[in-house]
Amino acid sequence: MPTEPVPQGPTPATAAPEGPTAPTRRTFIATGTAVGTTVVAGGVLGTGLLPGSEAAAAASAPSSRLSLTVNGTRHTVTVDNRTSLLDLLREHLGLTGSKKGCDAGACGACTVLVDGRRQNACLTLAVRMEGAEVTTIEGLADGDQLHALQQAFIDQDAFQCGYCTPGQILSGVACIQEGHTRSPEEIAEWMSGNICRCGCYPKIVSAVQQAAGKK
Amino acid sequence: MHPFTYTRVSSTRDALAAGRRGGRYIAGGTTLVDLMREGVEHPATIVDISGLPLDEVRATERGGLRIGALVSMAQAAAHPKVRALFPVISQALELSASAQLRNMATIGGNIMQRTRCTYFRDVTAACNKRDPGSGCAARDGFNRTHAILGASTACVATHPSDVSVAFAALQAQVHLLGPDGERRLSFADFLLRPGTTPQREQALHPGELITAVEIPALPRPLASGYLKVRDRQSYEFALTSAAVALHVRGGIIREAKVAAGGVGTVPWKLPAVEDHLIGERPSDALWKAAAKKAADGARPLAHNRFKVELLQRTVERQLRTVGGHA
Ligand SMILES: Cc1cc2nc3c(=O)[nH]c(=O)nc-3n(C[C@H](O)[C@H](O)[C@H](O)COP(=O)(O)OP(=O)(O)OC[C@H]3O[C@@H](n4cnc5c(N)ncnc54)[C@H](O)[C@@H]3O)c2cc1C
Ligand code: FES
Ligand code: FES
Repeated sequence: MPTEPVPQGPTPATAAPEGPTAPTRRTFIATGTAVGTTVVAGGVLGTGLLPGSEAAAAASAPSSRLSLTVNGTRHTVTVDNRTSLLDLLREHLGLTGSKKGCDAGACGACTVLVDGRRQNACLTLAVRMEGAEVTTIEGLADGDQLHALQQAFIDQDAFQCGYCTPGQILSGVACIQEGHTRSPEEIAEWMSGNICRCGCYPKIVSAVQQAAGKK
Repeated sequence: MHPFTYTRVSSTRDALAAGRRGGRYIAGGTTLVDLMREGVEHPATIVDISGLPLDEVRATERGGLRIGALVSMAQAAAHPKVRALFPVISQALELSASAQLRNMATIGGNIMQRTRCTYFRDVTAACNKRDPGSGCAARDGFNRTHAILGASTACVATHPSDVSVAFAALQAQVHLLGPDGERRLSFADFLLRPGTTPQREQALHPGELITAVEIPALPRPLASGYLKVRDRQSYEFALTSAAVALHVRGGIIREAKVAAGGVGTVPWKLPAVEDHLIGERPSDALWKAAAKKAADGARPLAHNRFKVELLQRTVERQLRTVGGHA
């Protein structure tokens, strides 16, 4: 499984899509990737953030308009069809709590709740999210009051670098709701879709146990 | 990722019409979006079928089960009828991917998933499955996870689906809907061995829609289960796996359904193992002797010779788990 982070975010230096010569397969893919992660009309397009050639390519790439609710706030956006839910959240709505680890479903750093269920935002096309209710790490706390699992991660010291933590917490919230907390082994298995390169697994299990009231 | 247009359909009629125009179906998207991002797939039109009414699990008249193509892996695994009638299916699903992915992915998409061969996923490598005629980088490359059964000169990639191993063992049928109406294929005929055309992976006509997978009725009681062996304990594809279902009456094995995963270019049904079991009394010696036949015809590559013995042991252990010590 690939674990290399994919270059992302506004990368204006990438080759312009229309060159004097036909693009090779590789440059075309690279270009597509850059465009796919940077483009949203209705918020970003026309604000001068994109260099002209990319904006032109963006305007010509098929895009769609959709409304979704993120952490209780309704947004109407126009997205290039290639945009993932993760990039919509991070690049366009400014919600950078959800992390991009692998961009391939293989690490869980991008885990969010969609209509109450945990899923990988990197493999979710934003265009499919019409009417969806999305919860990210930014939407868990109630004002200054941390969610019980956020507090448990602090109490149990369940992270080091913290990169996997937002995904771990959203996944843990769902794991508790699903009732897969009867034993440490069961928690470990049902949390296995979230990789922690710092190896905080035992403490993550403890945190989930604590928030589930089993500790 | 190449640009694509996106449409959502709400009836199978509209889906087939869009499919006929060359549209590519998307269900959970966990295979398709991934491979589009890798540059392996580049459909011009994506047809979102998630709104179709194909999301039901129901028992058939004689004790079989019909699982709609759009039932998620999570829903199928948790369904009381699936758990009660065919634990091997629930177990294969719960040992697949992650809880997040199982919420998104569907049964139809799962049996359509493509190989995890790293050369297939790497658009700079030679791969006859991705780019027919370009060669196979895995044959003489790093092939520790590749197939020991069913390979051809053109391709040695394994089929990665776990639940397909259970479906193959139980001789499931795939229900299809196309412009000319409905048809059914046995699971053995649905997934294709690579031969000289590894790019053809399923016996699906262009634009055909999978509507359901049906498990036939089997004599009861039926004990069944799935064992998966891998490099880490969870969230990993199989090195070897075994799906086993046994019907024992009067102390005699009357029916045996056995298939292996992680070893074949398609889920590998094991008729020689089944034949060895039928008519016999369960015993550790029997499990061992039957499992020896699991690797019949295996042709290991440079780095996966270990799979031959691992497969035999995986099958033996799962026969004992399902059939008991006697
Ligand atoms: C990190 C990771 C780990 C994984 N681990 C495992 C594992 O351990 N075991 C395992 O079995 N799987 C595993 N998978 C694979 C996963 O199970 C599949 O990606 C998933 O089941 C595909 O289903 P989907 O609904 O998302 O398919 P999609 O991506 O939507 O579709 C896949 C293909 O099927 C076609 N299709 C979908 N539905 C239909 C239909 N009804 N009719 C006709 N064509 C259709 C699509 O056009 C597409 O070509 C893993 C995946 C990832 C990303
Ligand atoms: S970023 Fe790794 S699973 Fe989504
Ligand atoms: S805390 Fe560093 S990856 Fe988990």
